[in-house]
Amino acid sequence: MIKTTKNVIVYTPESTIRHPLNLFRDLFVGRELAWRLAVRDISAQYRQTALGLLWAFILPLSHTITWIFLNGSGIVKVSETNLPYPVYVFSGTMLWAIFMDAVNAPLQKTTNAKQMLAKINFPREALVVSGIYQTIFNGMIKILLLMVVLAIYGIYPGWTLIWFPFGVISLILAGTALGLLVTPVGMLYTDIGKSLPLLMQFLMYLTPVVFPIPQGGLAATIYRLNPLTPLVTSARAWLTGLSTEHMQYYIIVNGAMLLLLAIVWVIYRAAMPILIERMSA
Amino acid sequence: MSETLIKVENVSKKFCWSLKKSLWYGMKDLGSELIGRSHGGNGELRPDEFWAVNDVSFELKRGECLGLIGPNGAGKTTLLKLLNGLIKPDKGRIEMTGQVGALIALGAGFNPILTGRENIYVNASVLGLKKKEIDAKFDEIVTFAELEEFIDAPVHSYSSGMQVRLGFAVSTALTPDILLLDEILAVGDRKFRSKCLNRIGNIKKKSSIIFVSHSMNYISRVCDSVIVFDKGSMIFHGNTPEGLRIYSTISSNEREIFVKNAPDILLEHIKLKKNKITWKDNLAFEIRFSSKIDIKQCILRVVIYDNGNLGIAEWQSVNYEKLYNIKSGINIICAEIPNLCLRDDKYSMTFILTQPNSVGYLILAHEYLNFEILNGTYGNVAYQI
Repeated sequence: MIKTTKNVIVYTPESTIRHPLNLFRDLFVGRELAWRLAVRDISAQYRQTALGLLWAFILPLSHTITWIFLNGSGIVKVSETNLPYPVYVFSGTMLWAIFMDAVNAPLQKTTNAKQMLAKINFPREALVVSGIYQTIFNGMIKILLLMVVLAIYGIYPGWTLIWFPFGVISLILAGTALGLLVTPVGMLYTDIGKSLPLLMQFLMYLTPVVFPIPQGGLAATIYRLNPLTPLVTSARAWLTGLSTEHMQYYIIVNGAMLLLLAIVWVIYRAAMPILIERMSA
Repeated sequence: MSETLIKVENVSKKFCWSLKKSLWYGMKDLGSELIGRSHGGNGELRPDEFWAVNDVSFELKRGECLGLIGPNGAGKTTLLKLLNGLIKPDKGRIEMTGQVGALIALGAGFNPILTGRENIYVNASVLGLKKKEIDAKFDEIVTFAELEEFIDAPVHSYSSGMQVRLGFAVSTALTPDILLLDEILAVGDRKFRSKCLNRIGNIKKKSSIIFVSHSMNYISRVCDSVIVFDKGSMIFHGNTPEGLRIYSTISSNEREIFVKNAPDILLEHIKLKKNKITWKDNLAFEIRFSSKIDIKQCILRVVIYDNGNLGIAEWQSVNYEKLYNIKSGINIICAEIPNLCLRDDKYSMTFILTQPNSVGYLILAHEYLNFEILNGTYGNVAYQI
């Protein structure tokens, strides 16, 4: 679509896919904008709330309370965990919430920017990058609280803590790749946006977030095949100083997610003019 | 300074009437884009599609201003979006040289919760300004928008006019090579509009401007040439006065005709001697009505509206020391508006008969008749001395 020779821009019906290098140039051009959009959204997100920062972890907190109650009252019997159960649930739901934020961000940011997209030509990648910044910011609040809770329970991570940022980055990487994958279709059909929370809820119970991996049977196989399992368990292990399992699978998943992100990034970019034309805000 | 900055060659764009189909076509286009096929398929319309922009070609040089006029839905904004690279053409080729600034929406990207100051930074970086450039231009932007006192208040407390002022000030802070303007003067008070026009005039010296407006006044004031659009196609490309005349012939004025009588009066008819006249002709008419009472010293007023329902001239009998005494029974008033120096166009007339020093009227015949001026002058404004 865009060929640049000395400041001349040419628009033709030709497919964008044929000039992938332009995408990376725009990513570079848009870096300052991405930062500014992130600052805008972060400073606006808690300004009109009474509870303020509490919103960053209200969902994982309510999940934790629910599951502590379900387990404690004996309604649901969760098998033995290698951490105190409240710590297990709280760390799981917090990490899961970071992943969720990353999944939701691309579609949410792009949908919110509809008006802007339809009327101003700016590097579209900036929206996705600003979403990642915001996820990281909100994630840091969650992690700080998580550390406090761990300290209360007397759990200190030790040297494995240096690996923990990689665990969080993996979660955000996977979340962004999956979120960006559904964004182009989600911009056309709102079904995607509506079904995403349902799907995520279901996915959460297939991942060792609120209860550990079952010992045997079909469920155990699904848990072990689920690519999110190594991400959540590794991050949790590094934070709590436990030994990590599934390391090989963890590395494979990260490589695959990185590749997926690169592909969906190109798709997102190529899709933009088509989406703008159809949504005509 | 006169290189060609915009080159548009046979550009077409199709849109879809039906939402469901449009979404489905969107999915298909997405698929073919991803396998590297050209946008727009084989150039044929699919069911329920139409050409929103059809085979448009033109060029624009630095220092020129082109007006796009035409009825709603004629494809003006779509063309601007194509030029700005927001959507892809289905056919043809667009070449834009230099930095492009577009005001297709003022204040896009404003967050109502944040202050004016914060929003200036966000808005300007969306438009591609670096932090340093914004810092340097900040005071100028605030001064131009006349928002010195409110700059640290949240934008949701601004009036719509204030938001438009801020948006325009930010968008025009840098001088682009190409400026695309879509209906930007519709809001904003009179003072700000004239400031905007002056700034557009300044930018024009160094840039190419494409200006979309429904106000023929602004078009004639800033544009050197115009393109008249109708149903996606260019039906005229040339000088502004000729273009305005052609636009006026395709957009027939919806007249709102109604007659109100005072209780004792009944209008029978108003007739023009001729409804097609030439420049500087007189316009003679006859009003016939019945009355149940005698009324002395009545004033007759005639207001002339142009094709855009804008009042452009008024004739009052009292200015010619002519007052009418109405008797009970049938009355006929014959009068003549002398020396109509108007450009070629269609006009409508409202007739008002009143008593002196009275608020009400005896007869109000709103846009009752129309007439046309032919074979005379084209011009930027209606009144041609």
